[in-house]
This record gives sequence, C-alpha cells and structure tokens, in this order.
Amino acid sequence: MKLTLKVWRQKNSKEKGKIESYDIDKISPDMSFLEMMDVLNEKLTIEGLDPVAFDHDCREGICGSCSMFINGEAHGPDRLVTTCQLHMRKFNDGETIYIEPFRAKTFPVIKDLVVDRSSFDRIQHAGGFISVNTSGNTQDANSIPIEKQKADNAFDAATCIGCGACVATCKNSSAMLFVSAKVSQYALLPQGKIEATDRVLNMVKQMDDEGFGNCTNTGACEVECPKGISLENIARLNREFIKAKIKS
Amino acid sequence: MAKLDSKVPKGPISEKWTNHKNNIRLVSPANKRQIDVIVVGTGLAGGSAAATLAELGYNVKSFCFQDSPRRAHSIAAQGGINAAKNYQGDGDSIHRLFYDTVKGGDYRSRESNVHRLAEVSANIIDQCVAQGVPFARDYGGLLDNRSFGGVLVSRTFYAKGQTGQQLLLGAYSAMNRQIARGKIKMFNRHEMMDVVLVDGKARGIITRNLINGKIERHSAHAVVIASGGYGNLFFLSTNAMGSNVSATWKIHKKGAYFANPCFTQIHPTCIPVSGDHQSKLTLMSESLRNDGRIWVPKTKEDAQAIREGKLNPTDLSEDKRDYYLERRYPAFGNLVPRDVASRAAKERCDTGFGVNKTGEAVFLDFAAAIVRYGKEKAHLKGLDEDDIKVVNELGKAAVKSKYGNLFQMYEKIVDENPYETPMMIYPAVHYTMGGTWVDYNLMTTIPGCFAIGEANFSDHGANRLGASALMQGLADGYFVLPYTIGDYLADDIRTGAISTDSKEFEEAENDVKQKIESLLKTKGNKTVDYYHKKLGKIIWNKCGMSRNADDLKQAIEEIKILREDFYANVLVPGSSDSFNEPLAKAIRVSDFLELGELFAKDALERKESCGGHFREEHQSKEGEALRDDENFTFVSAWEYKGNPSDAVLHKEQLNYENIELKTRSYK
Repeated sequence: MKLTLKVWRQKNSKEKGKIESYDIDKISPDMSFLEMMDVLNEKLTIEGLDPVAFDHDCREGICGSCSMFINGEAHGPDRLVTTCQLHMRKFNDGETIYIEPFRAKTFPVIKDLVVDRSSFDRIQHAGGFISVNTSGNTQDANSIPIEKQKADNAFDAATCIGCGACVATCKNSSAMLFVSAKVSQYALLPQGKIEATDRVLNMVKQMDDEGFGNCTNTGACEVECPKGISLENIARLNREFIKAKIKS
Repeated sequence: MAKLDSKVPKGPISEKWTNHKNNIRLVSPANKRQIDVIVVGTGLAGGSAAATLAELGYNVKSFCFQDSPRRAHSIAAQGGINAAKNYQGDGDSIHRLFYDTVKGGDYRSRESNVHRLAEVSANIIDQCVAQGVPFARDYGGLLDNRSFGGVLVSRTFYAKGQTGQQLLLGAYSAMNRQIARGKIKMFNRHEMMDVVLVDGKARGIITRNLINGKIERHSAHAVVIASGGYGNLFFLSTNAMGSNVSATWKIHKKGAYFANPCFTQIHPTCIPVSGDHQSKLTLMSESLRNDGRIWVPKTKEDAQAIREGKLNPTDLSEDKRDYYLERRYPAFGNLVPRDVASRAAKERCDTGFGVNKTGEAVFLDFAAAIVRYGKEKAHLKGLDEDDIKVVNELGKAAVKSKYGNLFQMYEKIVDENPYETPMMIYPAVHYTMGGTWVDYNLMTTIPGCFAIGEANFSDHGANRLGASALMQGLADGYFVLPYTIGDYLADDIRTGAISTDSKEFEEAENDVKQKIESLLKTKGNKTVDYYHKKLGKIIWNKCGMSRNADDLKQAIEEIKILREDFYANVLVPGSSDSFNEPLAKAIRVSDFLELGELFAKDALERKESCGGHFREEHQSKEGEALRDDENFTFVSAWEYKGNPSDAVLHKEQLNYENIELKTRSYK
C-alpha cells in the first residue's frame, strides 16, 4: 500500500504545531497502525529528520497509552479497538490519512502526538479507591457474595483503560464517561458503598477543577470508546451524584 | 565480594515465614516517617509495594517510565491468579500449590520462598476483593475458578481475560490513596539510569525525565527494583515495547548478582509471527487451553494442503487430526506446563506439520467446547440437544462469556473468526524466570537494594506455571517486602535524610550524562531498531526454545561484534534535553546487548535440560528434558566483572528437604 500521511508536528508544549505531509510506501495490510508509524519513523531517522513522537507501550489494546486521532476519530475508523490494534487493512491503497493528537484543554500536547493525561490520574487520586490497608487480615473473599449480574456490570465498568478517547471525542471535552466508569465499578459493589458519597463528590469536583466540560448526552464517547464503556455508567454517576448531594 | 547467603530461616518449612516475621526487627511508626524508600516500577510488585510501604508510614518515591502507573505491563496479564483457597473443594492446599510450583519449576527454585508464596496466596485474593477487584463470580455470588497448566485442581481466580488489568488497577487505586495523602510521591515518565551506592549501600538513583531530558538525583534509605523481566531481549516478545532490563542491569553492574539469566519462558499460545514488519507478539491466554484442543494434521500432505490454502481445517475429519498433547501426555492433556507445550509445538512444526504459511503454527480448536457447552445449555433450557444450530448458538455464547475479549483480540489481529475456524498459535517469549539474585528477605547482594516481582529470580525455578506471576508480584509487594525491608531499615532510624550532594551522586550523574552524549554523538547510519532486531534474531535462533553448545558459543561472539558495531554506527536522532524516544530506546538496547552475552554464557554453562532451558545434548529418548541433579541443583548467580562474559559464577546450592527430586512427568 502507498499512503500519504498528514501528521501533526509540534516540537514541545510551548511552540505552535502544524500538519506535515509524508508519503510512505510498501505498507502491508497486515501491519498494525503503529507498525506503519514505525516504518515512517525508521525512514525519517535515516533521512536525518526528527521521528514522530507518539505514546505506545503494550500494543495489545490494554495499557491505554496509544492515543491518536485518525481521520477525525479517536483510535481511527475501526470500532472497539485502540490505535495499536487498528490494522492497515482498514485503509485503502493511495489513501490520505490525517493523524492528530487527542485534543482537549485538559490534555496539553507534550510533543507531536504525545499528550499529558495526568489530569486523569488526579481525578483518581481524589477518590478512585476503597480505603483498605494491606493487612492479611481482611475477611475471607467469599464472605460477601455478590450477585453475578452486578459483579459483571462492575467488571464491565472497570475495564476502562484511561486512554482519554472519550474526552478527545466529546465536543465539550467532558470526562464523564471516564469518571462514571470508576464511580460505577465501586457503586455496584458492596465494598464500595461505605465511601460512595465522598467518592463521587470528590471525583466530580476534581474533574471540574481540571477544566473538563459538561456532558450533554451526545453519546459520541460511547461510540469511540475502545472498551465499549456504556453510557449507562454516566446515568449511574448522575444518580450517585444527586444522592450524595442530598445526603451531604 | 558479597557473600551468597540466602538467609533462609531455620525450622520446619511451614513455620519458617511465621517464625521469621516474629523475629525480624521492626521500625516504629514514628521512625518510619523519617525513612525514605524508592520503588522503581509500578506493576503488580512495585505498585503494591509502594502502596503498602506508604500505608505503613514510610515516605515512598515511586518511578515509572509510562505516563501513568496504571500502564505498567502487568496490565496485560490475561488469564488469572493462583491461590490455595480450595473454594472448589478439589483437594487444593498450601502444600499442593507449593509442590506444583516447585515441580513446575523443574526443581530449580528455592523451596522456602515458594512455600511462603503459597502461604500468602490466599491473603492476596482477600485483599484484592476488599479493594473492589471484580473477579468472576458464579450465580450463587461466590468467586469462580478455572484451571491452568501443570496442575490438577482449579485454583485460578480470574476476571475474564483481563485479570492483570483488574489487579493492577487495584494496586493503582491503593497507590492513588497514598498519593492523595502525600505518602507516595509519584514520578511518571521517569526512567532509572543508575543506582547510587554510598558506603556500599544503595542510597538513591539517577533518573532521566523523559519529557525534558533532565537528569535528576533521588536519595532514599533503600531502593526497591520492581522493573519486571527482560523478555524484550528477543526483540519479538509479548512484553510491552518499553519493557526493559536497564534497572536490573544497572544494579548488576554495581554489585547485584544476576541469577539464572537463561531461564526464559516461551509461552505456547501466542499469535504466530506474520512478517518482518512485526513489532511485538500477542499472547492468547493459557486459560484457553481449558477448552481449546491443540492439534495438527496427522499427515504431512494434509498439513501442506492447509498451508497452501487448498484444504480447510474444519473439513479435516477427527481421525485425520493429531491432538498431540493429548496423545503424548494423557494425564494432563492440553494443560501440560508451558515449556512442555511449547517444545511439543516446535517439534511438530520442525517435523513438517505446521499449518500456516510460514509453517510455524498449530491449531487451537474450540469446536468441541462449543458443542459441549451448547448441549449443556440446551439441556438446562429444555431445548433439543441434537439440534446443531441451537447447540452451536448456545455454545458460542458460552465460549464468548468466558473468553470474549481474547477472541475479539485474535479476530482484530488475524482477521479470522475463531468461533468458526480454529485459532492458529505458536510459542513466543513471554516471561523471564531469571533475574536479580535475592535472599529470603528479597534483598540483592547490594545492601539496601531489593528486587521484587519478575525482576528477581526466586520462585519459579526453570519454568513458571500459568497464573503464578500475578501471584508472585502481589505476594512480594503486599505481603513479603513490607515486612522484610523493616529488618534492614531498623539500622537507619538515626541516619536522617540522605544528601544528594555527595561525590557518589555526582559521579553517577556524570557517568549517565557521558553515556547519553556519546550515544548522540555517534551519528552513525543504522537505527536503534536495526540493532535490536539483529540481537533478537541471534537470541531466538541460538538461545531460544532449544539450545546447543556450538550455537551458544557462536551467539556470544556474534553479540560481542554486534555490540561493537552498535557503539560505532548507531544513529540516535535529536538531543538529550527533549522528549526523545529513540534515545531512551538506545540506552535500553545497549543494556540488552550486554545482557544477551551473559544470557548465552549462562545457557552454555548449564549443561543439563531443565524447564524452559532445553539443551539438545541432554534429552531422553522420547525427547523430554533431562536434568542433571547431581551437578546442577544450584542457582547460577553471576557477578559482574567489567565484561558480560567475564562474569564470575557463584552457586547457591538448592536443598530439597520437603519435596523429593523426581523426573517431572505429565504423562
């Protein structure tokens, strides 16, 4: 395959960026998108140019590092995959592909396609945990049976990989899907109930303080989420939030 | 020269850990506040250790090269975590988990450490459930289990095919709580460049900030290395792209012995290599062998027809298939340990029965499981068990609920539907049992420097059983190190803060800067990846699934030449004071180029076959691994002497007082 790549290049967080165009050849349809980027970078390096910086690590869709906006979609045209699992067979020979970073005020660009998502970590610091110390004396794991359906729903919410596709996709740059996934996981489990009030209030406050936008129920985040995190979680977050507000 | 003292406590094996905990020194809560601990790595071992140490009151500084601790590669572990809970009532016990692990490791692990691991395994599950880790449950609301290779009980706890993710996010949540309290200071996008020794003790590290290239000094009273394994030595592996040996290699060069480097796990069920462009390999969880049956055609003609696309595997009748694991190992069948399954796949493919274009793949088939589950579900629902359509539909849904994400991953990568046609799989590098030598307290031969998780060597011997890596990482981090480190730190309650202005820090920092500048100055004509791929090919071809003396000797020479070439001709673009991934990678690859040589030397010196280390010169008539217990029942601990292959061998004799050394049989 022959491709034209229009790639966002930005030296660092302070300088302005722009789109640069690169032609690339001999791309196999079996390559992953990032392997195609590897080919580009080998070529740029040999030509004495600066290779394109992008985040990536596990390359099996679970670490949440990779974060490209490809042809106007977070993680590209395929559904339920991250960029590292996107394969070139989803593109056509001769196609022009636009590659940009995840854009949001809360995700400042570090270099090229690499963005700073530490705002996500700070939201988790505010309440993304159950306060239990390591002791070896907690009760036996089977002492609290949990309804299978609830356990499964909690698991589904817990599969969020924190990549930020929801924020990059949302016209308001809202982090509601991300926050709701963690709030839901704990709200569905008996272990999480004790701190439920503080958790939801603190996480939502941090989310607002970071500058993430509001949710207007467009649902684009759910469509683009590589893990299929459901909008139902946002509904649950809203319920939990109202409950907590009344209680406090 | 440090003395190789394993410090295993005296007494009966089942009482060693309890007695040890009762007798080691403690640090008072007030004094813990005066003590700093550095933890490098935020996977299951590093994350759980950092959180627990902070809960205890120590001031923790935690480092990871990723942009968040949640992204450490433990996240990718799929299948499950073992624990001797005996929830299934199938006769499991601490002793059985201990026995299975020692046997699975082919009698090359330290008995006392393995027993301790089995003892704390149940606590891990309790702890994780209390944290809100959503393990799989049955309809009664209790925790579900499945089986993994090399055992005859169901002791594996799981969360679909994402167990590592859920456990890591549990540890990450425990860290977050301590970060919020200010007890953990988190350094994301920081790479450890060297350890700093003051008066012979580990007192800090030098790091590089991966965003702006700044070289920084960090001091502490102890340094914990939890940086994982070195599978990326092979270039192609199931490790993450950033996984590296640098932290463990740097401490090795400063005095920590490196143990059993050649003990590598080649995992039998990975998606086969498809071409030269490939950057990494993807694992298909071992849990799939609970239900998947592994086979190749019985005749070479059929295999060839399948390779050429003239024959569909689903068209081949049962009597023309060779379920070779079930044939060779009737007792364990498809659930033999990983080393055995990998070698058997290689043997079939080398003999000409491979089933993909490259001839290096075997089938993992779920058709039988789909029918079995389908009939069961049809029976439950009162539907016709002989209606193939109904049975298939119900069976596929059942398989999907167990392995859905794995099947999806396979389909995305290979572009074939594994519900309709058997998966193709082949062994790939997955885990390294070898690592930094540690004593019973998990301390390396550098005082004050500890190694936990995959970064150490102690629990898995020559082969790790499935679902035991997660167990060991969390055991070390939650339940072992937090106790044992106190015994060492008890001497430091009056030390006070460690200054970073000393000449030791200055020297270490200068060395790091010099190394970086020289890599950037070389401005050769070959990229870092060129060298990494070359190194990987040498290791895979000559030190891979089977090894012999001639190949290993050649590998040592070839790696030396490649390393010289690297320093003369490598091209690292950009500058040191910016975000520069090729530079970070060049540093990692330079360490792999040294480790590779020691790796081959260790494999050459171990003139026996055991676990994942298969020497062609040492095999039984049936092609099984042949151990030499008389001469090789020891841990090879290598001391660095300036050149990787000049390393000096120290032996830790392994004593088996509770388990009789036997030929491992899974027949």
